[in-house]
Amino acid sequence: MLFGLVRGNAVCTTKVPGTEGLKFLVVQPLDKHMEPVGLLQVAVDVVQAGEGDLCVMVRSRDASLAMPDVKFVPVDLALVGIVDELEVRPDGEFDFTLKPGWVQYT
Amino acid sequence: MIIGKVTGTVVTTVSHPHYNNYRILVVQPMIFPGDKADGDFIAVDNTHAGIGDMVLVNREGGGARQVLNNPDACIISVIVGIVDSVFIAEEYISG
Repeated sequence: MLFGLVRGNAVCTTKVPGTEGLKFLVVQPLDKHMEPVGLLQVAVDVVQAGEGDLCVMVRSRDASLAMPDVKFVPVDLALVGIVDELEVRPDGEFDFTLKPGWVQYT
Repeated sequence: MIIGKVTGTVVTTVSHPHYNNYRILVVQPMIFPGDKADGDFIAVDNTHAGIGDMVLVNREGGGARQVLNNPDACIISVIVGIVDSVFIAEEYISG
């Protein structure tokens, strides 16, 4: 699961059966510091997000399980939450490197 | 499954019903010395982890649905444990 910023709409008139009525949004995947990761992608919206909203997205097969009615649809990215509040501590506060030998973490 | 550190919390008031009553956290996977800390992701919390905790994360939908006891959940990453200690052989780190 990852962050995505809604950048626009995608409208399709001809669609695979089962995807009728679904809203497609163009999103930019982001990392925890809100830096873009990769290219723009198209996600199905099930939470009524709009342009400029920061969202939580879910990938792969689990995206199709987010659909409201028909779950067996060819969808691989879905918006499942609109972020209201985000607290991410700077990387400098943590040590992410693995160290050799036994290391106690708690 | 992977091990990572919790670096943040996410609050969503409007979210998919499957995400109701779960905390959502930002997780940064652990890295080897010299590597860049990237590849962070969002995970649903099932163990009451907090910022700074080292956690065990299941990143597979089938396992997530089992853990959350919901056969239709649209969730991939679930925190399934808080790591107490880790042993890594020296040759993996220095090599």
